[in-house]
Amino acid sequence: MANQVLGKIIGQEEAAPGIYFMEILAPEIAAQAKPGQFVHVKCGSTYAPLLRRPISLHSIEPQVGKIGLLYQIKGQGTKLLAGMRSGQAIDLLGPLGNGFQLPAGLGKALVIGGGMGVAPLLPLLQALQAIGKPATAILGFNDSSSLLRVQEYASCAEKLLLTTVDGSAGEKGLATAPLERELQTAEYSIVFACGPEPMLRAVTAIADSQGIECQVSLEAYMACGIGACLGCACRTREEGQERYTRVCCEGPVYDSKAVIWNE
Amino acid sequence: MSKVSLAVNVGGLKLKNPVLTASGTFGFGLELLPYLELNQLGGVVVKGTTLQPRQGNPPPRLVETPAGLLNAIGLQNPGADYFLAEILPELRRHQTNFIVNISGNTVEEYGILAAKLSVPGVAALEVNISCPNVKAGGMVFGTDPALVAQVTRQVKSNTHLPVIVKLSPNVTDITAIARAAAESGADALSLINTLLGMAIDIYKRKPVLGSVTGGLSGPAVKPVAVRMVWQVAQAVKIPIIGMGGIVTVEDALEFILAGATAVAVGTGNFLNPRATIEIIQGLEKYCLDNGIADISELVGAAHISC
Ligand SMILES: Cc1cc2nc3c(=O)[nH]c(=O)nc-3n(C[C@H](O)[C@H](O)[C@H](O)COP(=O)(O)OP(=O)(O)OC[C@H]3O[C@@H](n4cnc5c(N)ncnc54)[C@H](O)[C@@H]3O)c2cc1C
Ligand SMILES: Cc1cc2nc3c(=O)[nH]c(=O)nc-3n(C[C@H](O)[C@H](O)[C@H](O)COP(=O)(O)O)c2cc1C
Ligand code: FES
Repeated sequence: MANQVLGKIIGQEEAAPGIYFMEILAPEIAAQAKPGQFVHVKCGSTYAPLLRRPISLHSIEPQVGKIGLLYQIKGQGTKLLAGMRSGQAIDLLGPLGNGFQLPAGLGKALVIGGGMGVAPLLPLLQALQAIGKPATAILGFNDSSSLLRVQEYASCAEKLLLTTVDGSAGEKGLATAPLERELQTAEYSIVFACGPEPMLRAVTAIADSQGIECQVSLEAYMACGIGACLGCACRTREEGQERYTRVCCEGPVYDSKAVIWNE
Repeated sequence: MSKVSLAVNVGGLKLKNPVLTASGTFGFGLELLPYLELNQLGGVVVKGTTLQPRQGNPPPRLVETPAGLLNAIGLQNPGADYFLAEILPELRRHQTNFIVNISGNTVEEYGILAAKLSVPGVAALEVNISCPNVKAGGMVFGTDPALVAQVTRQVKSNTHLPVIVKLSPNVTDITAIARAAAESGADALSLINTLLGMAIDIYKRKPVLGSVTGGLSGPAVKPVAVRMVWQVAQAVKIPIIGMGGIVTVEDALEFILAGATAVAVGTGNFLNPRATIEIIQGLEKYCLDNGIADISELVGAAHISC
């Protein structure tokens, strides 16, 4: 069950230029949250910006009642968020959406993220580690200055592969290059992905070509975040039937086979 | 127990308090259950319902504007039969008024919908002749007094329920439309629906919304809505449900003082899912603080003093 809570900010630090890691005391949310879910955050107290902003859960610590958000300053909302300080209250709805689904009898998993898309993958890697199935992680960034919390990822993955577009850290190129290699050489049963849409399309195509199940976390503009406005529509296919589903409720994580990608 | 009476009668629809949710912004109500008890509300106006299921418009369907929201959902809904079979039984478990917002492609369809939906558990019908986001029907009905009259009569003759006609602000003279509805038997009026608008992505040099234009709502539209409620309150005798940018109790009071018997919260639910509850509590406090025994005393009170 989702909640509306006033969390207490207990930490805010810059993780990379323009990207912040905020820790919040919100026991109700931490107790229920699953990897891949998000919170709908009120970024200010005026009508500018008007709407809340969806941000994935980047850390979930039920024992201490903490959650963490890793977010990039994009516009007004996230800028206000970055201006908030420890001790301040923050109005959150959450946990929202369907997170990643760990199928029964899960085999070897591969987790792949690009840019800010790595954010929801840390709790997923931790959850996989906790059930004794640490996954391979592939993280792709633009350059060495935009690497995000790589140590944390390394500590819960069985193997971590890093790529940068300019080659300034890890392997040069896109994250999909090591993905193709990995899927050909090791026996993976599932891929979990989050990142920009072109990347997700490529990951889906690669996983499909290998016949490997794939879950992707999508983004959409959201007004309510809780399924009431039908604003966050994504075209999906289920049992041959095409329809719009709500990224905030039926998503943000979808079976990649269900997604009908934009042309 | 409080000494304040918040109960109102909107054209035969009896509400325990004058605060409703605006259609399309509150789902069927069930989506909001984690945040509030529906029983506390005066009523829930459910998502716009059509005879056949509708897929809705292609995304993006939303874009934020200064103090407002542009939406082009396109009346996505599962259709009246699904609503009756699957949703209404769930709604009946809650003690509040469920008002169904209906939209037809033709005058006849409005009549068929009215007959179908006049069942126990539905407290009233809100006739949407004002949706700017659908091609056939929608707003065209709401901009022509003759069509407004036809639709209103058709719905009235097919139901025993109170009929609320929801007006479009996208007209030159809203009072002419309001009169046409009132003279054709509408029991109450809802105003306003969204204002036709659009936004352009300057980088892509293309309209933002998948369907180019959309409907503007939220705090940005409040002054327009208050003005229209004010004008219509003087033009007709039937009660008005005021909406358009209501987020706080102060907003709600403005509408009531302008002549609205009840109010509905739309976009405000997105900012704060408990906005309706806070408004109900705020109305009670305002009445207590100002020695008002019955909220009805405030309806249109701003007219009297000027
Ligand atoms: C389920 C979900 C989880 C998300 N998780 C994270 C996260 O963990 N970390 C993070 O940094 N961001 C995340 N986002 C994206 C984040 O919501 C947007 O960056 C934020 O809303 C931008 O708000 P703003 O006011 O700063 O920018 P705005 O002024 O609103 O927009 C600035 C730019 O960002 C783009 N943008 C805005 N909102 C979205 C959106 N919802 N989807 C795609 N593009 C958008 C706009 O096109 C515009 O170019 C997530 C989005 C979704 C839907
Ligand atoms: C996302 C969204 C969907 C809407 N869907 C409907 C609808 O199905 N039927 C209808 O009559 N009005 C619909 N409306 C209009 C609202 O009910 C309301 O009249 C309008 O938004 C003004 O109020 P507000 O500013 O409080 O939102 C919708 C508005 C929004 C924002
Ligand atoms: S954001 Fe409102 S339904 Fe998803």
